[in-house]
Amino acid sequence: MTAARQTLVALGRAAALAGLALLGQVAGLLMLAAVLLTFLVGAVFVFPSAVRLTRVVTRLQRGLAARWSGVSIDEPYLPAPPPPVPQADGWYRDGRTLYKKPTIPAFNKRWNWMTKDPATWRDFAFVMGDVWMGGLLVAAPLLVTAYGIVLLAGGDPTGVLWILPAVSTAYWYAPWAVRAHGTIAAALLGPTEKARLARQVSHLDAVRTEVVDSQAAELRRIERDLHDGAQARLVAIGMTIGAAEQLLESDPKAARALLGKASEASATALQEIRRLVRGIHPPVLAERGLGDAVRALALDSPLRVHVTVDLPERASAPLESAAYFAVSELLANAARHGDATEAWVDVSAQGPALRVTVTDDGRGGADPERGTGLHGIERRLGAFDGVLAVNSPVGGPTTAVIELPRAFRVRSAPVSAWRYFGRICWALWPIALFPQGLVAMGFKLAGTPVKSWFLGLHVAEPFQWPVIVGMIALGGGLLAVALTTTVRSREAEGGGCG
Amino acid sequence: MRVVLAEDLHLLREGLVALLRAHGFDVVAAVESGPELLAALVGERPDVAVVDVRLPPTFTDEGLQAALAARRQVPGLPVLVLSQHVEQLYARELLADGSGGVGYLLKDRVFNGEQFVDAVRRVAGGGTAMDPEVIARLLASNARNEPLGRLTPREREVLELMAEGRSNAAIGQRLFLSDSAVGKHTASIFGKLGLTPSDDDNRRVLAVLAFLNSK
Repeated sequence: MTAARQTLVALGRAAALAGLALLGQVAGLLMLAAVLLTFLVGAVFVFPSAVRLTRVVTRLQRGLAARWSGVSIDEPYLPAPPPPVPQADGWYRDGRTLYKKPTIPAFNKRWNWMTKDPATWRDFAFVMGDVWMGGLLVAAPLLVTAYGIVLLAGGDPTGVLWILPAVSTAYWYAPWAVRAHGTIAAALLGPTEKARLARQVSHLDAVRTEVVDSQAAELRRIERDLHDGAQARLVAIGMTIGAAEQLLESDPKAARALLGKASEASATALQEIRRLVRGIHPPVLAERGLGDAVRALALDSPLRVHVTVDLPERASAPLESAAYFAVSELLANAARHGDATEAWVDVSAQGPALRVTVTDDGRGGADPERGTGLHGIERRLGAFDGVLAVNSPVGGPTTAVIELPRAFRVRSAPVSAWRYFGRICWALWPIALFPQGLVAMGFKLAGTPVKSWFLGLHVAEPFQWPVIVGMIALGGGLLAVALTTTVRSREAEGGGCG
Repeated sequence: MRVVLAEDLHLLREGLVALLRAHGFDVVAAVESGPELLAALVGERPDVAVVDVRLPPTFTDEGLQAALAARRQVPGLPVLVLSQHVEQLYARELLADGSGGVGYLLKDRVFNGEQFVDAVRRVAGGGTAMDPEVIARLLASNARNEPLGRLTPREREVLELMAEGRSNAAIGQRLFLSDSAVGKHTASIFGKLGLTPSDDDNRRVLAVLAFLNSK
């Protein structure tokens, strides 16, 4: 029943894909007409619409490939151009021409964006060819059946010869064809390696700009704090001590008061520097690493914070710092906005990645889009390709997960002699257990004269049973050894790579 | 009184030696690195040690680790730890063995020689000397602690001073209260926090710190 249903579902999908391929063909022909009109006649205004139509079809194809064929295809298009910005005098500049209205510059930008994107032409190639490759592939059972029915209807009994194989193989063929169609689509509709790299470069470029900017802002802030705080206080202290020096002889009492003031001012200066240092690189982090620094944070938090740390080694200092400030911000958020009383922080290594989970029992509703704090964390983590995922339903609880890839070195587990032995066992156990053991036993019990390549049947009569039973035992033993070595090396990997 | 001193900054080390000598301490060793400190602590068995947290060779928490290691070998060895910053985490580690004779102060407290020497003497006598900033942060992180909220402002002041490690007499002097008034306040605090009162100053302080640390 389910098999029939699966087949019917696959056939339905095949029919839909074939229909979409036909639709794509229409879009492709329209685009061909648009291209001809554009480049031969100069009717450039039809081009963007045709491209947009094609993209609708290919977007649908990508969606179906992901849902039905299990092939996820990323959109390969270049990012759309920003709308034109007027100059100070209200005119729009495009190359060496000025325009009063933004329509033409915007069109030019769009035009360049579409024609220079190789994805546009790959899309075009796909919609033109899909019917003839993927479309025919998926529709084959339906077409063959339809042809058979036409023959039957025409009174030709050979129609059955068409229908029968098509129907009987549909169970295997239809799902395979749907998957194959997805793979074909991925080849043309996915981003090329070049486009992927270009995208990555532009992403890294944006991240670098942000990092450099925020670093510069941070340095400016530190400079200002030192300038207005500690530095100014040191000047005051110097002046006070100078004044006290002059009064030492004439008015020792006043001099003593001044010295007291100087000592107070130096204490305040120290306090300011201490606060500044905490903001730059917390001393506990430098002294003890991320685990204890998070514990220190937990102690300073008004919440009851439970901390679990499981790290194999210290990550690099900038990475630790990013993770620390993220946890600090998240705990502060929980205490400030979330009305939480309790929080759980888990710091652990997931292979080479560092993962920190912060959960609180507050009332939730945190939104990275709105909170500047969360956005700041994301930016800080972004420099390390790190990500922040926040799950905060209204009513709580809030769970934030930070993941920083490549925080730890992965020591590849050495392939020991045991593991090779385990692999050999995996390869050999079925041969011993099945043909040489159980199958040979079946032949022996049935008393057939066939000996094939079964060792147990070739040896002299009295040894036949012992050899067969021995083979079964050997197969079982090899399987057991293979299983134990695999389990053991898995455990070793689990413990060693974290 | 015999003192071992560990501080890596030459100027500060000399200053501390001079300060301690001026107050009649006998500085038996003034060292500048973690391994030297541990050797001096175990070898000299001083009456009290004054230790900087950050020391060579690693410039991390070398001094604190050496002090903790020495206290494991010589239980109750009085240690006063100095640092540029205070952390509840470190205070906890120092207090963990519950035997007293520990101090944890910001380096700024050296400015006031009298008070600093008083703290050194207190620690040498098996008492505690916690920096007001440690106590302030302890109280801040206990802000939602229900029994603490029931204290009157005066009782809170008394609690802060008590947690720093001061005796009844010293608290009375600070707050201009009579001994009996301080006694009444402490009894009330202990009642509200649900702690068993004790006549011994040191044990009382440790009880309060344990309460604040139990978050």
